[in-house]
Amino acid sequence: MMEEKKKNILSMQLNVDDFVPASPDEKESLVVMRESVNFWQDGFRRLRRNKIAMTALVVVIIMLILAFIVPLFYPYGYEQQIKGAERLAPMQYSETELEAIANGESVFPHILGTDQNGRDYCIRVLVGARVSMTVGIVASALILLIGATIGAIAGFFGGMVDMIIMRIVDILYTVPDVLIIILLAQALQYPLQSLAQVPGFSWITAMGPNMMSMFVVFALLYWVGMARIVRGQIMVLKQNEYVTAAKALGATNGRVIKKHLITNCIGTLIVTTTLQIPSSIFTESFLSFLGIGVQAPMPSLGSLASAALNGLQTYPEKLFAPAVMIFIIILSFNLLGDGLRDAFDPKMK
Amino acid sequence: MAKYIVKRILFGIATAFIVATLTFFIMNLVPGGPFLSEKAVTPAAQEALEAKYGLDKPLFQQYLTYMGDLVHGDLGDSLKKRGFTVNRIIETKFPVSAKLGGIAMLVAFFLGVPLGCIAAYKRSKLVDNIIIVFSTAGIAIPSFLSSTLLMYIFSTKLGLLPSLGLSEPKSYIMPVIALALYPTCYIARLMRSSMLDVIGQDYMRTARAKGVSTFLMIFKHALRNAILPVVTYMGPLLASLMTGSFIIEKIFTIPGLGHEFVGAITSRDYPLIMGTTIFLATFIIIMNVVVDILYAFIDPRIKLK
Repeated sequence: MMEEKKKNILSMQLNVDDFVPASPDEKESLVVMRESVNFWQDGFRRLRRNKIAMTALVVVIIMLILAFIVPLFYPYGYEQQIKGAERLAPMQYSETELEAIANGESVFPHILGTDQNGRDYCIRVLVGARVSMTVGIVASALILLIGATIGAIAGFFGGMVDMIIMRIVDILYTVPDVLIIILLAQALQYPLQSLAQVPGFSWITAMGPNMMSMFVVFALLYWVGMARIVRGQIMVLKQNEYVTAAKALGATNGRVIKKHLITNCIGTLIVTTTLQIPSSIFTESFLSFLGIGVQAPMPSLGSLASAALNGLQTYPEKLFAPAVMIFIIILSFNLLGDGLRDAFDPKMK
Repeated sequence: MAKYIVKRILFGIATAFIVATLTFFIMNLVPGGPFLSEKAVTPAAQEALEAKYGLDKPLFQQYLTYMGDLVHGDLGDSLKKRGFTVNRIIETKFPVSAKLGGIAMLVAFFLGVPLGCIAAYKRSKLVDNIIIVFSTAGIAIPSFLSSTLLMYIFSTKLGLLPSLGLSEPKSYIMPVIALALYPTCYIARLMRSSMLDVIGQDYMRTARAKGVSTFLMIFKHALRNAILPVVTYMGPLLASLMTGSFIIEKIFTIPGLGHEFVGAITSRDYPLIMGTTIFLATFIIIMNVVVDILYAFIDPRIKLK
């Protein structure tokens, strides 16, 4: 038969044995032992193992529920002034409320008492947390959007574009931000107020011109840090072969940036944004404390703390409630950000 | 080196110029004039006042006049504090803020750096954990909270420290603690992580092998390399201490520049707003340049270009 025939080394004839279908045993050896892990699974696995970060995540979720969902069901409104219930101590009832209780009605207790206008303090702290967290999250999202876009453009195109953008970044970096923020926040309020009168822009009133001007200020000033980080990443990433391949296949610059480059630095983006949230909350409460942040009657944790300062001697708990709230929110976001950094971006430290 | 310094200084001047221009136009966006809030000012008197300070001229001309004076170091007169020039106000108020900020900065540096070193050296031990917990908590407390809490405990409850002003040395304690808390914790964290990087280096093993004592190893060999990120942070830190003191000055009623600035904005005292912004911005820009140059002296590997 065939095997008896001595094989000519120069023969083109193929060995049939090489083409026999694989036996089950052989197939077994090729089966991947562990499921392949993608970027997200890998990151989340690392995050889940980090106890501190997981605790922080739980706290953040609790805070979000407290700030955004609980006020919807809360029996008092943050602007609602209850007559005769001014300056109540925590868990204290006013006389009318005591009467109502005596008549068998159930009255929801003022867990943290009321302020000098008879407004339930607990709901004010919760809504204050909502305002502070909204400012923190929306401002960070704006910073992400602007910073990532500008950073990607600077890093991708390089040359003159990069030079100009980086000079602007350098200048904004050296500008004393708090000074400009205070000025801008003041300057923007009035144009926004008049803009709110224009039909179609009435949503500005709902949000409060102060809050809007704060968003604009954050968006104008704080994108520089994000832009620097993204630029650095993009400059490294664009050297990769897949970028050349995508370009050779006719992908436009916009597509390469969006599809290939931004997606590859998503870890950095998540981490930087998460860490931006507490620092935005920090700045917001700072401004509100100075009285140039969120407008009354809307409370923010900063303005609540500022208002509590006057009655510090008699009502210290009015300061402690927003203080503890700010502390917990900033701390948990910081710890969560640190955990995310370790999980998704091990190189960045 | 000299070329770099010249370049940095020129860039600094350009930045200061841009800040001045920006401030000028942003400030004029803020509606309401400086004389509107005053009682019993007739329209004629108001016009006369505006003419006196040149506020009736077109905005761009006002800008040119102001910039011309600025180049000569003249920041104009305060519109609200009659008889005071802005230069004079800054001269009297800035030392107060600078002293407070300077002390806070020294405290932050000389407390934060050793704490970070100790934490890194005693990695994962009890001391390290304590330092980490405290520094992580410390960077989550805004300065207005730490200062109000301090005030509540030490002035209201215990009555140990004066709550207002800076009349005696004792009254510096609370403002300085409140101001230095955040940077101290931040520097300690920064120092710890960069120290951990350095401790893992080969030359540290060499130093240990040739018998260098632990103290000398940490504070001579490692510190010099690990301190670079902290030095980079010093520039922005100074900025935040100078401006962060706004709140501290408000809470402890300290007659500093920050107090003046916030007041000037609410009363639309244009020259004072301009003057303080430009002054502080220039100060911060100069400090950034100094830090950059210092950087090259600490780490000769860095080539300034």
